[in-house]
Amino acid sequence: MTIDDRDPRTPGEPRTMTSTPAPRQTSRDLERYAGLFAARTKVMKSSAMRDLMALTERSDIISLAGGLPDTSSFPAASFAAIMSSVAVDSTARSLQYGPTEGLTVLKRCIAEVMAEEGTFIDADDVLVTTGGQQVIDLVCKTLIDPGDVIIAEAPTYPGAVPTFCSYQAEVIQIGLDEDGMRIDELEATLDRLADEGRRPKFIYTVPTFQNPGGTTMSLPRRRRLVEVVRKRELLVLEDNPYGLLRYEGDPLPTLFSLEGGDFVIYLGTFSKILSPGVRLGWSVGPRPVLEKMNIGKQASDLCSSSLTQLFVAAYFESGRWQDYVHSLKEIYRRRRDVMLDSLAECFGPECSWTHPQGGLFIWVTLPDYIDTTDLLARALDEHVAFVPGRSAFLDGRGANAMRLNFSGVGEADIREGVRRIGEVVREQVELYGTLTGSHRVVAQPAEPAPGEFDSELANVLHLPAPERRRRTDAREG
Amino acid sequence: MTRVAVLKGGRSLERQVSLKSGARVQDALERLGHDVIGIDVGHDLVARLRDVAPEVAFVALHGRDGEDGTVQELLEALGIPYTGSGVSACIRCADKVIAKHHMRDAGIPTPDFFAFNETAFKELGAADALPAIEERLGFPIVVKPAGQGSALGIKFAASAKDVPGALVAAFSYGDKVLLERHIAGRDLAVSLLDREVLPVVEAVPREENFYDFEARYEIGRTDFICPADLPEEITARAQELALEVWDALGCRGFARVDLMYCEGSGELTVLEANAIPGMTETSLLPMAADAAGVDFDTLIGRIVLLTHL
Repeated sequence: MTIDDRDPRTPGEPRTMTSTPAPRQTSRDLERYAGLFAARTKVMKSSAMRDLMALTERSDIISLAGGLPDTSSFPAASFAAIMSSVAVDSTARSLQYGPTEGLTVLKRCIAEVMAEEGTFIDADDVLVTTGGQQVIDLVCKTLIDPGDVIIAEAPTYPGAVPTFCSYQAEVIQIGLDEDGMRIDELEATLDRLADEGRRPKFIYTVPTFQNPGGTTMSLPRRRRLVEVVRKRELLVLEDNPYGLLRYEGDPLPTLFSLEGGDFVIYLGTFSKILSPGVRLGWSVGPRPVLEKMNIGKQASDLCSSSLTQLFVAAYFESGRWQDYVHSLKEIYRRRRDVMLDSLAECFGPECSWTHPQGGLFIWVTLPDYIDTTDLLARALDEHVAFVPGRSAFLDGRGANAMRLNFSGVGEADIREGVRRIGEVVREQVELYGTLTGSHRVVAQPAEPAPGEFDSELANVLHLPAPERRRRTDAREG
Repeated sequence: MTRVAVLKGGRSLERQVSLKSGARVQDALERLGHDVIGIDVGHDLVARLRDVAPEVAFVALHGRDGEDGTVQELLEALGIPYTGSGVSACIRCADKVIAKHHMRDAGIPTPDFFAFNETAFKELGAADALPAIEERLGFPIVVKPAGQGSALGIKFAASAKDVPGALVAAFSYGDKVLLERHIAGRDLAVSLLDREVLPVVEAVPREENFYDFEARYEIGRTDFICPADLPEEITARAQELALEVWDALGCRGFARVDLMYCEGSGELTVLEANAIPGMTETSLLPMAADAAGVDFDTLIGRIVLLTHL
């Protein structure tokens, strides 16, 4: 948050004097405002990353940094038809406030979406929210006092980090591997906390096609997690934006459906299956928690947009939402494959990456001597961008990792973007080789040569066994 | 009333900071009654400048292109008077290595250092000289890109095994890096306005062990003390050194000199000079001017009066 929050994209135009000149500014303004800031703003992160990330939005950059769904494939004619039906059929209603918990017509659509994943709920139990992000905020608002513990994954969704920070939570991150969150590590952590007389307020997980890790929690781990939280009576926030975007493998039950809804708060969203622009998400969970979240939502924004709720309801009435999700899956599956092929082609054996069965992201791990925040500065020179891994951690880990998105740009740009990133990585690997006199550097990041790496740091990510570089001769297999 | 073009933004890594500086400068110039046109610097810069035909260009750019003499050269070519230092001083300030050489030649204390291009490592086997360098500088060693403003890319190498990684990081920002002896101490900044030395600012980070990019621009992350609570002779010496740096580098208009003060030894050393210091709410030059009784608008008005061609 800056004090001068004038939109930086509109500068450059002549600005005329107003009749009442703004008050004179002095540097004492700094202290004046700083003295008014709440303690929680002191732990909000992070301007360097934000400034750097702002540069990734330049139009001449191939950005693999965003998490944007491709909204360009939505048919303009359908959009216009749905909008005009809302305008004609629900003029007053769409322009009016609605109930805090959301419009009933939309809640029925939500029940339909969840049923598609085998999770059956009563539409009355849904709390409609302004995007899935609001669920994270409301859960924190409901449960977190300063200093309370939240358990998250390592890495975790970067967008949750500022929310956790603004509620002054202490976040403990549990490693991931190819089967998702490591439940053994979770249990050890819970035991340790119990010894200290503490327990986490909730466990935050993106079990399916994790953002940013790209991994999916296996069925045994899901069952185990459910057992653990039932036994210990802990709450889980299951963030599931991507579940319907599966490109291979069999669907897995949601934690919510496995558990039954006593200890799992479910977060869903229309952002990835329809549009983030409608800003609609939802939550289902234990009634007392949802009731408090409802009160929290009243305080935040009274209700989500009636206009977009009616838009989504009308869209569902047309009966084609599954077709659209199917078409998105086709597009994203191809883009994922292009990205995986490009990684195999352009990234050296010292790098590893995840093989997501769905979702929008691939997580790439580089040798531990490469800092991806600095690498991003170099990559921007080559007009390409990614998300540095650090933004998925609250404790400084992730410095040698990056998140790549394959949903937001076309196949040609994915190929070119990955090629350029591969090039700057290769440059740094070679330079490091020159500097250390080991021109051909270590081929197994998971098994660092003794003394060569800080093994603690290298193991910190606990990420999937590296998808070994697919050689050109092996690719038809 | 003067027609002033405020140049801001651009493509450097400090774009966001520059947009903040530029917006504040624009506001001040408007309050002073000038005809103000903000220009977000890009491919059409020359065309925009011809179109706008300003009497003065206020350069509120930071980092590459804006602070290193590039934009200044263009303004010279177009015959537009501009704020701050000329081309040659910008070149000297923007490259920390050149600046340090000038300081060393002028007898101004600056931390011991070595600087190399990437080619030194790739083609001349400079890596073999690292142990000797490490021995001479002692750990921790500060590794910095020569050309990057703010604190992006600055790493502390605590031991020999950190040095290669720190060098790789620094080379992300440019082809020249600096290995510098680490000076533990208090972080001071002396700003100058037309060779007039302003009160010393001390930056005290709240939590970080390093006055980093974030702390530098985030309100509430750093405590600033101005005038700094220093022995009188230290204040005088810091100001004297800043003026020597100003002269050695040939600055004009305004500038900021960053120093370290080691309390144990009483020594002051100069880290770098900034030809275009920030003008944001958390920036040190406006704060120092304010402490000297020069409010932000007056400061900006004076900087415009000091333009040159």
